[in-house]
Amino acid sequence: MDAFLNQVFAGLATGGIYASVALALVMIYQATHLVNFAQGEIAMFSTYIAWTLIDAGMPYWPAFFLTVAIAFVLGVLIERIIVRPVEQAPVLSVVVVFIGLLVIFNSLAGWIYTYTIKVFPSPFPKEPVHLGGHFFSAHQIGAVGVTLVVLALLYAFFRFTPLGLAMRAAAQNPESSRLVGIRVGWMLALGWGLAAAIGAIAGMMVAPTVYLDPNMMAGILLYAFAAALLGGIDSPGGAVLGGFIVGVLENLLGAYVIGNELKLAFALVLIIGVLVIRPSGLFGKIHVTRV
Amino acid sequence: MMPASPATAKSNKPRVIAFAALLLAVCALPFLVSNYHTFQLTLVLVYAIALLGLNILTGYNGQISLGHGAFYAIGAYVAAILMDKFGVPYWLTVPVAGVVCLAAGFLFGLPALRLEGLYLALATFALGVSMPQLLKDRHLEYWTGGVQGIVIMKPDPPFGLPINQDQWLYYFTLAVMLVMFLLGWNLLRGRVGRSLIAIRDQPIAAEAMGVNNALYKSLAFGVSAMYTGVAGALGAIAVQFVAPDSFNIFLSITFLVGIVIGGLASIPGAIYGAIFIQFVPNIADQISKAAPWAIYGVFMIGFMYVMPVGVAGAIRMALARIRRKAGGIEQHSG
Amino acid sequence: MAALLQVSNLHAAYGPTRVLHGIDFALEEGSITALLGANGAGKTTTLRALCSMVQTSGEIRFGGARIDGRATEDIVRLGIAHVPDGRGTFVNLSTEENLRLGAYVRKDKRAVEQDFERIYAYFPRLKERRHQQAGTLSGGEQQMLAVSRALMLRPRLLLLDEPSFGLAPLIVREIFDIMRAINQSEKVSILLVEQNAAMALDLADHAYLIETGRVVLSGSAHEIKQNDAVRRSYLGY
Repeated sequence: MDAFLNQVFAGLATGGIYASVALALVMIYQATHLVNFAQGEIAMFSTYIAWTLIDAGMPYWPAFFLTVAIAFVLGVLIERIIVRPVEQAPVLSVVVVFIGLLVIFNSLAGWIYTYTIKVFPSPFPKEPVHLGGHFFSAHQIGAVGVTLVVLALLYAFFRFTPLGLAMRAAAQNPESSRLVGIRVGWMLALGWGLAAAIGAIAGMMVAPTVYLDPNMMAGILLYAFAAALLGGIDSPGGAVLGGFIVGVLENLLGAYVIGNELKLAFALVLIIGVLVIRPSGLFGKIHVTRV
Repeated sequence: MMPASPATAKSNKPRVIAFAALLLAVCALPFLVSNYHTFQLTLVLVYAIALLGLNILTGYNGQISLGHGAFYAIGAYVAAILMDKFGVPYWLTVPVAGVVCLAAGFLFGLPALRLEGLYLALATFALGVSMPQLLKDRHLEYWTGGVQGIVIMKPDPPFGLPINQDQWLYYFTLAVMLVMFLLGWNLLRGRVGRSLIAIRDQPIAAEAMGVNNALYKSLAFGVSAMYTGVAGALGAIAVQFVAPDSFNIFLSITFLVGIVIGGLASIPGAIYGAIFIQFVPNIADQISKAAPWAIYGVFMIGFMYVMPVGVAGAIRMALARIRRKAGGIEQHSG
Repeated sequence: MAALLQVSNLHAAYGPTRVLHGIDFALEEGSITALLGANGAGKTTTLRALCSMVQTSGEIRFGGARIDGRATEDIVRLGIAHVPDGRGTFVNLSTEENLRLGAYVRKDKRAVEQDFERIYAYFPRLKERRHQQAGTLSGGEQQMLAVSRALMLRPRLLLLDEPSFGLAPLIVREIFDIMRAINQSEKVSILLVEQNAAMALDLADHAYLIETGRVVLSGSAHEIKQNDAVRRSYLGY
């Protein structure tokens, strides 16, 4: 029972990471109908920035928040400079540009930091936490906690602030948004900034467990895709739920059924399965194409 | 169709002569360069076949695949396993790999029918990322050799020809490549090619005009996979080695880079792209391990802004401009 | 007194298709002006041109200053509110969120809250449905919502594109009565595009008739109503 609970909880911890990255993907998809293939690499690169700051002597939490801010600015700049010119271009062009970004960030990290893995610190204590008769990793609890706080803040931002309302409006109906004076282009840039910031947080939460290296986020990105599709690629709530489901399923299947080596194949099967059986996911909208 | 006037007959002849000269030069190359360079040129030919495969699917038919490395891997492993475990002669493994990948591609293409643009890119991306793990699977280890992979022997030239192994492989690959390119050229310039392009640009209109979209799209997947599988087999024979980690997502991305640089929906584009992806890493590697991919990334983005038609398209436009100027001069003087 | 809105030699095109071939008209401050014409005449395009939503050439002056070529978001900040054809409702947001977006560019928070009350006084049905998803409102309610959203801007000029479209005559009359009240009590100038010439001419002070991208007739609403050609083609008697 202990082992099972531990697997479930570990699944929730990684699920929180998947939920965050999936949310970032859905935020960009909602506004642009584009899937940001470079999301994982941008998050990985941001984590390296945090590592640089900490390595230079900055204490953890200041480095954490500074990294989040830098990632935000990075996201805004990428949207304004690189993505904006191809926003209206055919799908293949946009995919190529995103893959190009993926590749640039991956190689940039490899070039600056080399491919040897680095240790990334966790702000949470190393000793396991004793709760209700079971032991849990403090980092896992902390990671889940951070994820939930981030998600709550985001929800409050979109639901209760004027800027959040404007961003939602711009994503849903750019033309009407212009007619009420919303600068839609900047809303898009803000969305990218937020997505990059969320990705950075996810990267910093996962790095202590899997060690920091340029290919750290590749598998996570795949799971995040699976989670976003499962929840419904245009449903933020669905993406979050999907993330937790995928995390728990992955852990349970890996521990009891398919073994750890085939975990990525699980993501592949899940992605294809969702796309073929129910493309709109659990909570997404069904799109009708009119001739 | 109007009978060829003396002017067009004249313009065909230089083309044929140029092509023959090119072919001659290509055949002479192995005797002019070192064995290592011959090996590199063989890989260019291999990649050209793979890129033509991807181009059939993505360039001509508009189905985005970020997972073609998987079909290359299947072709490579089919060849390696047949040679290593069953002693099948190398030249036979190539068509077998082709058939296996034709089936695999067609089967993958069936569920892919329901996926458009971005979603297909996502699904194929997942395929590309998970391929190495699938190849390392414990249950297949007996066949695939697990993480260590399979080593295969370089074939000897047949009939006691007075050339070395690298040179023979070059000609063998060249022969296969010419056959596949001829096949592809024939397929794409006729009704099939036009149907594929129609499905890419105006799928609903194409269906309304009687094109069986589902059949063509699945076949495109199958044929595309077949080409890439054949390339994989040839590549395995040339490199003499297959291992799971060589067939990761970056291989699929490399192929994408190749057709983008070379030129979408273009047969010569496959060759330009192959030259690019074979030689750029070689040169860039000397700067830093990470440099080739940084260059790929910059080129990918740059080409989308500046030269979306790729090198082949740019050449085509330049030639057209030259011909127009030449034609204008003839008109004035005639 | 210079007109609030002055349009000179306005051309507009959708890509290669030219739709407006030199439109001239003016709108006096405080008036209700109607643009009439058949389907495809270019009325909607004219309104869209005013908000820089299509390619234009020619001069558009608002309050004396040129606005042609400026971004839509900036034109809104000058006090022009556009209710597009099709209403442009944010269907996934609530009624109240739609209204709040109408006041997005305003800085006077207390006045905005007061405006909510004023709007709800004009359209009590919207108050009942304030938390309801806007896409689930009836056609008439969505039109009220669209107009209200525009009014939340406290605009100097209100552009209405086909407000009667798809609505029962009784609802249209209700909305038009409120438009007249708003025009009189709050001095909001209105430029109204309508296929329903009869109702438009009842509401408007002045009218212009547009045919295939050109102004072919102009005058007071009363004059236009008496015009024989207009009566036969557009009023049905």
